[in-house]
Amino acid sequence: MKEQKALIDVQHLKMYFSIAGKGFGKKSRLTLKAVDDVSFSITKGTTFGLVGESGCGKTTVGRTILKLYEATDGKVIYDGQEITKMPEKEFTPYRRDMQMIFQDPYTSLDPRQTVNEIIGAPLMVQKLVSSTAERDERVRELVAMVGLKDDHINRYPHEFSGGQRQRIGIARALALKPRFIVCDEPISALDVSIQAQVVNILEEFQQEMGLTYLFISHDLSMVRHISHRVGVMYLGHLVEVADVEELFRHKRHPYTQSLMSAAPVADPREATSNKRIILEGDVPSPLNPPSGCPFRTRCRYAKDICSEAMPELTDVGSGHFVACHNML
Amino acid sequence: MRKKINMFPEQPQPPYTMADKDIPAELFELLPEDEKKTDVINRPSISYWKNAWIKIKSDKLAVAGFIFLFIMVLIAIFVPIFSPYTYDGQDYNAIYQTPSMEHLMGTDMFGRDLFVRVAYGARISLTIGIVTALVNMVIGVLYGGISGFFGGKVDMLMMRFVDVFAAVPSLLYIILLMMFLGANLRSILIALCLTYWFSTARQTRGQILSIRNQDFAVAAKVVGESNLRILIRHLIPNSFGPIIVTVMFLIPAAIFDEAFLSFIGIGISVPVASWGTLANDGMATMGAYPHLMIFPALAISLTMFALNFIGDGLRDALDPRLKK
Repeated sequence: MKEQKALIDVQHLKMYFSIAGKGFGKKSRLTLKAVDDVSFSITKGTTFGLVGESGCGKTTVGRTILKLYEATDGKVIYDGQEITKMPEKEFTPYRRDMQMIFQDPYTSLDPRQTVNEIIGAPLMVQKLVSSTAERDERVRELVAMVGLKDDHINRYPHEFSGGQRQRIGIARALALKPRFIVCDEPISALDVSIQAQVVNILEEFQQEMGLTYLFISHDLSMVRHISHRVGVMYLGHLVEVADVEELFRHKRHPYTQSLMSAAPVADPREATSNKRIILEGDVPSPLNPPSGCPFRTRCRYAKDICSEAMPELTDVGSGHFVACHNML
Repeated sequence: MRKKINMFPEQPQPPYTMADKDIPAELFELLPEDEKKTDVINRPSISYWKNAWIKIKSDKLAVAGFIFLFIMVLIAIFVPIFSPYTYDGQDYNAIYQTPSMEHLMGTDMFGRDLFVRVAYGARISLTIGIVTALVNMVIGVLYGGISGFFGGKVDMLMMRFVDVFAAVPSLLYIILLMMFLGANLRSILIALCLTYWFSTARQTRGQILSIRNQDFAVAAKVVGESNLRILIRHLIPNSFGPIIVTVMFLIPAAIFDEAFLSFIGIGISVPVASWGTLANDGMATMGAYPHLMIFPALAISLTMFALNFIGDGLRDALDPRLKK
């Protein structure tokens, strides 16, 4: 793993939010640990899938990497350069390299702007074009790339379908010719029939331009399809990381096992043979996480040590990392 | 293994072949190239403002309001120019005349033509309404926009400042300012401009707060747009609908406040007349010459109606939740 160059290296990333609790004053404020000590790296030209249930901190990881939140602690290293502490002014040129595709194509496009303005804005802001004529030219190219038509560029977002809007969002992300794109559940708001379209576009561009993706999703089969390496998150922690086939074949963490057992299988014969592991109880509140292992309150194998010490993410061979005391 | 039961024996089983359906190949034809376009949008492109325009055109009351206001503006501009009378021209041979062909609205105690005076009053009232609304919109939108966008401590300080000033009745400020600056059009404008923007600022702040974390604002940040650009290009345009409605309702409020101030005697001073002073003068002789009171009062109330209808129409047209 190490010999390939990492484009994104996330080290011990922590993102805590301070939220208002009961009463007044500083003391009453609560800390929400949305992301707690997460480390992983993404090799150039590959896709890193990040899975986990709602509220586990996947999106926060993506947004913190793009400096949309100021990380509480830890580092994000982009192509050898530490970007976490960089002031916004210095970071602006890096924004050209690091883009994002949003989950909801209905809210991520400004309803008052035409497609031309939406896709052209990054070009104008980053001064990649010098005139509006040049911008229009580039926007036309981009629109064609994502399979939309020339005469679409003077229309408004509400005139498009969900899949078309998502393609506009992709065109906007590609406008700056980025090297790294955070795909924040780019397909979960779309119809199944459109999902394949969008994923195919993403894969195509990865092959053509050598893009690196952080693919955040809770659709396990899609993650399996598109990712090279996958990380599983639970309650702000990364509990297991491995190459995609390794992870799907030899899931080691009990949470990963139950998560994967919940994914529907197309083949009914296989589906009946797969035993679903149903977890007891709810996800603990990130305001008041359990001591030790975050998963211990719902884990079938929990032992005394699980409530005492936080398990470290340890290598179990062939680039497979697991954070669990009862290595399975 | 369970045996497969064919429940529909008469139907062909997969894999299907052409022979099953017995449709000869020549009956099929290739889809012409131009019918393959699935992504074509046939509906003409309608922008937000265009849509609002279409909706407001179908609102009869709002259209009536617009027409009335337009006529009022024409009267305000042209009647004082083309009328044989002036607003302060006195004629002691024709005092307290009732409406006639010579004096459409009659004359007052100095023989001044009331129609010209009402038209002249429209100039003052409409100027006050429109200038106050525009100035307050600019101040309020900028103040509220900055406050809502930056949030946190900035927001806290800016909004408490507004709270403190808004806590004192605005009439008090206006009266104090009028005493200080003297009773004329300029000081009324200054006084109204200084006190009306609180509501616009508060509303803009609320709007901006509610949309500043939406994905399209985040997306603008991701591509490197500056805070100022995000505020001006994305946030303010997207909250402009409700703001323009508030501003629209500021116009009648300002006109009414001026009329009220003039009516209680601290507004525009003689011989210049606004609708408020005219109504005030007319009230003194209401018993004997009611027309001196009725015409200015009609001008005020009809304009109020018109502006409120326009405001209502705009609110319905610009509020996406009321989309039909």
